[in-house]
Amino acid sequence: MSLTGKEIQGVILAAIALLVVGALPYYGSDYLLSLGITIAMFTVLATSWALFSGPTHYISLATAAFFGLGTYTTGLGFESLPFWSLVLMAGALGAVLAALVGLATLRLSGVYFVIFTLGLAELIRQLITWGQNMTGQKGLYVLTDFTEGNLYMMLVALASAVFLVGWLIGRSRLGFALRIIGDDETVAAHSGINTAQAKVLLFMVSGAVAAMTGAILAPRYVYIEPALAFTPLLSFQVVIMALLGGVHRLWGPIVGVIPFTLILETISANFPNQVTLFIGIVFLIIVYFIPRGFAGLIEQARSWSQSESMA
Amino acid sequence: MDIIIIGLLLGGTYSLIAMGLNLQYGVARIMNLANGEMLVAGGFTAFWFYTAGNISPLLTIFIVAPLAFAINWLIYRIMLEPLVRRAKNRGQLEVDSILATFGMSFIAVGLMLAFFGGDYFNYSFLAVPVTLMGETYAQNRVVAFLAAVVICAILYAWITFSRPGLSLRALSVSPESARLVGINVRQRAAIAFALGGAITAVGGALISSFLTLDASAGVAFTLKALIIVIMGGVGDVRGTIIAALLLGVVETLVASLIDPGLTLAAAYALFILVLLFRPQGLFGRKPT
Repeated sequence: MSLTGKEIQGVILAAIALLVVGALPYYGSDYLLSLGITIAMFTVLATSWALFSGPTHYISLATAAFFGLGTYTTGLGFESLPFWSLVLMAGALGAVLAALVGLATLRLSGVYFVIFTLGLAELIRQLITWGQNMTGQKGLYVLTDFTEGNLYMMLVALASAVFLVGWLIGRSRLGFALRIIGDDETVAAHSGINTAQAKVLLFMVSGAVAAMTGAILAPRYVYIEPALAFTPLLSFQVVIMALLGGVHRLWGPIVGVIPFTLILETISANFPNQVTLFIGIVFLIIVYFIPRGFAGLIEQARSWSQSESMA
Repeated sequence: MDIIIIGLLLGGTYSLIAMGLNLQYGVARIMNLANGEMLVAGGFTAFWFYTAGNISPLLTIFIVAPLAFAINWLIYRIMLEPLVRRAKNRGQLEVDSILATFGMSFIAVGLMLAFFGGDYFNYSFLAVPVTLMGETYAQNRVVAFLAAVVICAILYAWITFSRPGLSLRALSVSPESARLVGINVRQRAAIAFALGGAITAVGGALISSFLTLDASAGVAFTLKALIIVIMGGVGDVRGTIIAALLLGVVETLVASLIDPGLTLAAAYALFILVLLFRPQGLFGRKPT
């Protein structure tokens, strides 16, 4: 694998950014750290969402389902198993769930997939609630000695892994196949790409990452119950942040995550009842005015300034 | 036996909602995920008229229908037509309309929360028992079912036998060819979308007479309507009705025999079976 000069430059920049971001627990305040966790969490979720939905244009609303699955993995196993193994196990479970959903829906057109994922979190929530009613159990306490700083570091490590995987996929045959599928699925099928398999594989990556995020964050909630772990709003927040940033670039979602999280924090602190309204308005702004997200705007501005300097 | 009848009664109202969505998706080609919010809005209106003026929901639907028609017509003309015009293919229109209607649904929920608050609302309309074949049922359910049957029958006849209905069917088969035979596609699509919205809102007004709703109840109905439409086959009126009755029965069976908290799981079980074995709908033909 040989890298071009521009790619080496990118790697160095990414390393510096990682150092600055990763050291936050050593210099940031508690508030900053807690904000950092939220941003890191959505960065992981939105970036892994865009890995699948960016090239294929299949809108997945299953993030909350995977996330909740991960939280429950930790919640049920943290007393008997080491934490790292639970995160891995959550990843495996997330991949299995994604494979099942993918096999049922991804052979068909995109609408079926959207509809299926729309209710998936709610479906699992109902099943767990029912199981708890049967066994007479309520919520779960997750008491660990992890500090916020530990969780933050784990999320940053996961985020780096997602960026690395995303970058590798982008260079691989699989990434190429997905871009063709996104362009025109018929063409992809005719040129010998197993479209269903490619889509399911990538959806599994995305599902595994979301489940791992949930597993890492379970200790932060301390007490988990179905309605909290499987909140459907999470899926929508991830979709909107990824689209706001732009899903056609690996770095796109993060440009959406940071401003959206900051604004949403402000709104939910001051006008808690207007959060839904705000999310709806941002959805419409994306569709009608910035369909390629902030990343698209940035690229536009860059090419415009370049053509200016050429003239 | 009484479970099946209760299920059929519920399914009758479901078929109305699903019919509304089917007009919007099958004919106007808009995957409207704000459909459930239109239903809740219809329910709110019925609730408001009943508690404020003691007006029966059966009369309110004559106010709800034209109002919802007008609102949906404007939504289509102002918000959705630009998307239809800019879409290069059907896939892009689907993605755009899904995102746009998600936005609208969030805005609708936000507005309803702001105006009515987050409380559950219900009112007691015709909550008297009625005896059918030796079993007793709530009269409001029976009345809502009968109203749904009448509306479905009128709609079915209109689509099957009238000229405008014919043009809607043509549109649902192929918008390109419909234009070639002189159908004003844009105008018809707007009418189909508006009509679909009106029917859904009427369904909401009827449902509110026996179910408790709240501002964020819409998405569950959207999901059920979507499952029914896919099960029945996009653009297929007869399939929609049968799928809706089936869902009503299965849901009631699960709720009364296993656990009332598992209604969505019941809907999903049907959905998975359809996806695996008949993705083209119960009566659909395999696409060539």
